[in-house]
Amino acid sequence: MSEQQAYEPKIVAFLCKWCSSAGSDLAGVSRIQYPANATPITVPCTGAISPMYIMSAFNKGADGVLVSGCHIGDCHYIEGNYLARRKMHLIMELIEFIGVEPNRFRMSWVSAAEGGKFAKVITDFVNDLQPLGPQDKLKKAEHS
Amino acid sequence: MTKKRTGVFVCHCGTNIAATVDVAKVAREMAGESTVAFTQEYVYMCSEPGQESVVQAIKDNKLDSVVVTCCSPNLHEKTFRDNAQRAGINNFTCEIANIREQCSWVHKDKAKGTEKAIKISRSVVRRVNRNQPMDAIAVNVTRRAMVIGGGIAGIQAALDIGNSGIEVILVEKQATIGGRMLQLSETFPTLDCAQCVMSPKMVEVKRHPKVKLMTYSEVQEVTGSVGNFRVKVLKKPTYVDPDKCKICDHCTVVCPVVVPNEYELNLNARRAIYIPYAQAIPASFTLDESACLGLNPVVCGKCKDVCEAGAINYDMRPETVVEDVGAIVVATGFDLYDQGNMPELGGGKIEDVLDGMQFERLCSASGATGGHVLRPSDHKEPKDVVFIQCVGSRDPAKHCAYCSKICCMYTAKHARLYKKHVPDGRAYVFYIDIRSGGKGYEEFVQRTMEDDDTLYLRGRVSKLYRHNGKIRVLGTDTLSGQNVEIDADMVVLALAMVPSKGTAEAAKVLKIGRDKDGFMAEAHPKLRPVESVTGGIYLAGAAQAPKDIPETVAQAGAAAAKVIALLSQATLSRSPLIAKVRRSHCTGCGMCVEACPFIAIRLESGKAVVNEALCEGCGSCSATCLRAAIDVKNVTQLQIYEMIEACLAV
Repeated sequence: MSEQQAYEPKIVAFLCKWCSSAGSDLAGVSRIQYPANATPITVPCTGAISPMYIMSAFNKGADGVLVSGCHIGDCHYIEGNYLARRKMHLIMELIEFIGVEPNRFRMSWVSAAEGGKFAKVITDFVNDLQPLGPQDKLKKAEHS
Repeated sequence: MTKKRTGVFVCHCGTNIAATVDVAKVAREMAGESTVAFTQEYVYMCSEPGQESVVQAIKDNKLDSVVVTCCSPNLHEKTFRDNAQRAGINNFTCEIANIREQCSWVHKDKAKGTEKAIKISRSVVRRVNRNQPMDAIAVNVTRRAMVIGGGIAGIQAALDIGNSGIEVILVEKQATIGGRMLQLSETFPTLDCAQCVMSPKMVEVKRHPKVKLMTYSEVQEVTGSVGNFRVKVLKKPTYVDPDKCKICDHCTVVCPVVVPNEYELNLNARRAIYIPYAQAIPASFTLDESACLGLNPVVCGKCKDVCEAGAINYDMRPETVVEDVGAIVVATGFDLYDQGNMPELGGGKIEDVLDGMQFERLCSASGATGGHVLRPSDHKEPKDVVFIQCVGSRDPAKHCAYCSKICCMYTAKHARLYKKHVPDGRAYVFYIDIRSGGKGYEEFVQRTMEDDDTLYLRGRVSKLYRHNGKIRVLGTDTLSGQNVEIDADMVVLALAMVPSKGTAEAAKVLKIGRDKDGFMAEAHPKLRPVESVTGGIYLAGAAQAPKDIPETVAQAGAAAAKVIALLSQATLSRSPLIAKVRRSHCTGCGMCVEACPFIAIRLESGKAVVNEALCEGCGSCSATCLRAAIDVKNVTQLQIYEMIEACLAV
């Protein structure tokens, strides 16, 4: 990588099946372009995302982790995103306490109708992560 | 666990995927995975030869699991799972890796797109390695349906479902069914009277032995899932017994309270006790609780005193009714965009500036003026009427971005109706474009221009204001390149159609999605236009998007056909991807019991037990369990960890 080239952060994006994964499908159908840095993992609900998944992603070398689900009040499973919000708030405090930049973890609400918003969330996240460079606080030294 | 023999099938999707993803490289990389026994790429995997090759490859190579890297699972997950089953392996060992919507369509850089496609594919290959074969759960079906909204869409859907022999409940929040169509005067392009078409249908639905009508009622809560919904409906009190009411009208004569009449779009007034229209169904008066002096014989009680039938009962109370149904049709209709958003066009404050629905009531024989076009301010016949199209539509900067679709047609109709009522009057129409697609529609507009001498001006109106007892209209005619000033007696705005008030709440209660404009979202814009994203809930009419009456009736019929097809099955299969407890790890702490939104987990002799009929498979329990003792089948924690690793491998 040359000096001028910006760092390409590696992002794991946990998307709920009903809203954000469908929203990212809509971004695709609408052909809205965004950076290829985030690899999606679709789960049934943000409520199903264990805090351990996020730590595991950092541990395995993620530079950023995104959790995206239905807007508050719109959860397909009634209250999964409320449970997620509580847990994710703690994660945010935890990683800051450890010394990881809190900007490396992000939560967003993207509905199935918000293809444009999904693209923006990813674009903004990549732009915010680029100046931070690689994440090595939580990364296992030699991961096999 | 023995290693799987997975087959990976990479689809080019013509050039949809292949243009920005090196599909050959994706296949090569997947071949390097230890569990992958076979890889293949093909130009259209979902085509007949593509599907056949998948089936053949499973048989020839003794595969036990399949990953198809192609479009979104919403499109072809079922296709390929069916193929897996056809080839003799379990359909739940087939998974889709979405490398089109979530990759090739959104990234132009082929190197980066390919790298991401490989990560996505690899993560799904790792997931499938731990997928368990399982069978769908059979559930019984409640052979009843509910239709929400009693306009033309809801009435048609209820009749079609009822005619198939399935019991159906039609819920309407107003005091009468009929909806928007009942308020119309005539309909385009045939100019037949809306009420003459509508009334027989309303009577039919009222008398239908399979249709249960619930007016003045609102859906409050919906639980359950496809095949077995439980709906709580609030029946608001009308304070009049519809079986006893003789619609003699004595009560309105004595009622001392006068309020604006919302059924006439506030063009006239009604009493606190009223009947919306003469042909209302049910044919009964309703006492408006918010307007009445107090439902108290000491305060007033005049209506009760004169009611010879003894139909009025001040002691009626709201009632909650619980109905079990297998399917729901949502037909909640539309409202017009608020004039208050248009200060340059008077903002709703100039008396003789009307909206399209108000003009319908002015033309209607049953309307506020008895079918005479008179302007509201002085009840004189207007001689110059300006119609303005696209008010609030096609304006992404300030208002609604979409085209409301019916305004070109109904404005042409309004101009013709006006000329019929006032033959010596002059009609002007400001338009951006004329969109008259539809059988007989273009001819209708042409006749309006040619036979009825309506002056069509291509351009927008910039301002309206009161001027010497008239309304001065400042506009442009872009065809002659000149500014136009008209002193009009009346102005009619073709306001944008927006989802009806309460659509957002209804969507929330039903747990179905809405689109960017707030209309109910269909499951697929082309292939599943009458289904919502939630199984068993269907859409009809303007609740889904602006549409005219023939389209609404067609969609209602389509939704009814879907309901009938669903409820004709003896049992439905339900996803078996639900929670499962590892008893050896469970300490009985009960945190999963707390987390479950469906009350599907209970503690039994110190261990968590999942009720398979109630579990929806959301996974809130597994994310809460400290000892990883509970997992959703085929989305286990172990699988997610391996997917994370695959996403981050370089």
